[in-house]
Amino acid sequence: MSEVKARRMNMSQAIAMAMYDAMELDSSVITLGEDIADPQGGGVFKCTSGLSDRFGTERVRSTPIAEQAIMGAAVGAALAGMRPVAEIMLMNFITVAMDQVVNHAAKLRFMTGGQTHVPLTIRTATGAGFGTGGQHADYLEAWFAHTAGIKVVAPSTPADAYGLLLSCIFDDDPCLFVESLPLYFAMGDAPVSGQRIPLGKAKVVREGSDVTVVSYSRTMVEVQAVAKELEKQNISVEVIDLRSIVPLDMDTVLASVAKTGRLVVAHEAQVDFGVGAEIATRVHRELFGQLRAPVGRVGAARSPVPFSKALEDAFIPTKQRITAAILETLR
Amino acid sequence: MTEAACPDTAVLLDIYRRAHLIKTADDRFIELIKAGQIASPYYSTRGQELIPAAVSVNLRADDYVITTYRGIHDQLAKGIPLRPFVAEFMGRATGTCKGKGGPMHITHLASGLPVTTGVVGSGLPIANGLAWAAQLKKSGQVTVCNFGDGASNIGAFHEALNLASVWKLPVVFVCQNNGYAEHTKYEYGTGAHAIVDRAIGYGMHGIQCNGNDAVEMWGAAHEAIERARSGQGPTLIEAKTFRFRGHLLGDDSHYIAKEEMAAAIAADPMPALRAWLIKQGHASDLALTEIENTNHEQFEDAVQFGLASPYPDVSELQLDVYAEEVRA
Repeated sequence: MSEVKARRMNMSQAIAMAMYDAMELDSSVITLGEDIADPQGGGVFKCTSGLSDRFGTERVRSTPIAEQAIMGAAVGAALAGMRPVAEIMLMNFITVAMDQVVNHAAKLRFMTGGQTHVPLTIRTATGAGFGTGGQHADYLEAWFAHTAGIKVVAPSTPADAYGLLLSCIFDDDPCLFVESLPLYFAMGDAPVSGQRIPLGKAKVVREGSDVTVVSYSRTMVEVQAVAKELEKQNISVEVIDLRSIVPLDMDTVLASVAKTGRLVVAHEAQVDFGVGAEIATRVHRELFGQLRAPVGRVGAARSPVPFSKALEDAFIPTKQRITAAILETLR
Repeated sequence: MTEAACPDTAVLLDIYRRAHLIKTADDRFIELIKAGQIASPYYSTRGQELIPAAVSVNLRADDYVITTYRGIHDQLAKGIPLRPFVAEFMGRATGTCKGKGGPMHITHLASGLPVTTGVVGSGLPIANGLAWAAQLKKSGQVTVCNFGDGASNIGAFHEALNLASVWKLPVVFVCQNNGYAEHTKYEYGTGAHAIVDRAIGYGMHGIQCNGNDAVEMWGAAHEAIERARSGQGPTLIEAKTFRFRGHLLGDDSHYIAKEEMAAAIAADPMPALRAWLIKQGHASDLALTEIENTNHEQFEDAVQFGLASPYPDVSELQLDVYAEEVRA
């Protein structure tokens, strides 16, 4: 296990630490992706830095720019008993490999009657804010959450990224691990070495009594800032970080909404047909008579991710839009 | 011919046994489907039997074979147990996949059949992963990946061949070129003069052979499998063959010229191999009849087992989706 000296680190460092610890612990953990080995720079976001120097370029393999080949190799290695971690540099590029993810990784356990399983982790990064435009920054987690057989995880802090990634790697089913580009560089508390965070356990990061806001990944930053701001107006916001979308910890969400009677779901993905819709309908089913306001949803604009900063700043769920959605439930 | 290119009598008879079992299964499945005893789309392998029969005698039990929805020949040749194989075709709980995979996804990990894909070309990238694992474990296992000529036009083929070459993986890519991608004749869909030519573009060794000639097919497979097992990397084999019973059962092959089909059936590799074995003195008519009778008996036993087996319980919908049961 890594000896953690720093008390603070960023998410990129926490991910590299989780990868290192997993590979140290279990020789079946292997990783592949574009530019990930040290001779190629240890990953464009440095999340695999130092791994091939320590574990060799047989277990840490840089690949051609070929997402179908990457994902297929990961599926095959998983079928043969390895625990591959496939890095797909950006989430939009998974579209190139969707057949392997959806038709194979997610379904083979069921289609083989449990004879095989695919303990594969897909690490991928996304998020607006860098002027990368329409094909490099989408949050597509709802697509995968909609597919039976795959788990979907999206941390918002370095410590969570470390603990959740370890859980994904040692999970016996395929996991999509969504990393936030802007959060790579945000500092947070260092993780506890070796400590895994179970999938499907949301975290109440701020207690409150007037309204519940459920979020994950990058949007947690805006949500927490808004909650702090509204406290000055005597509005008490309870904030829940889902951490994993599948499995979905509805117990924590329902307990909170039963208390507050109000819910807003905020995420950077598009609102329509999204994760917020699923949570809203489950809350309506369980707490119909106890809700004091319709469930609010905040997400990206219904458009491709724009390039111009003027548009990009307005595209994401801004603090203003999150605040407005919360106030709407309190009218 | 080198010595390695001449299998001995025992191997030749083993090839015949496997090929005949495949033909037996194909004939019987079609009867059962037409009689309403199996409800499933069916992709016949009639005419392509010798390819997997001649490949598989070169394989170890722990080698992997990947195939496609047209795959019973590859599965039977690899030695899948007949009872659960047939039961899976019938959607029964006793099937290899508990009736949850079906004919297009027959899998039997214990026989070295880890994945059968219904998506054209998708097996090739997966083969690389199985081979990568074998490379890491130094297990000496070889992965044989079967696909058709149509699959050589999809992106996954090209990505997979390139990666296998770069990583020198122990894979043998076997393109069973039956001349038709679904209903489309080779020339209308494939720019390459021959599929084997595509190996050159990836710096890979390529072999073209007559897949309907047991000795030639055996030689190509023997060479490629040895190359893979000895760490010298992958091979693309183009095995030329023909498909007698259409893309999908019920397809009348109207898109194939009558003369072309007639010539292919006249050159049917099954009776041709049988006659050749007798003529060359490898077996008597009686000995081959005994092999055939045993195949019929064993397959019929599996059919009766399947027909007598229960269907899966509805609770199976919640099982094997994840390691944990899905909450209703």
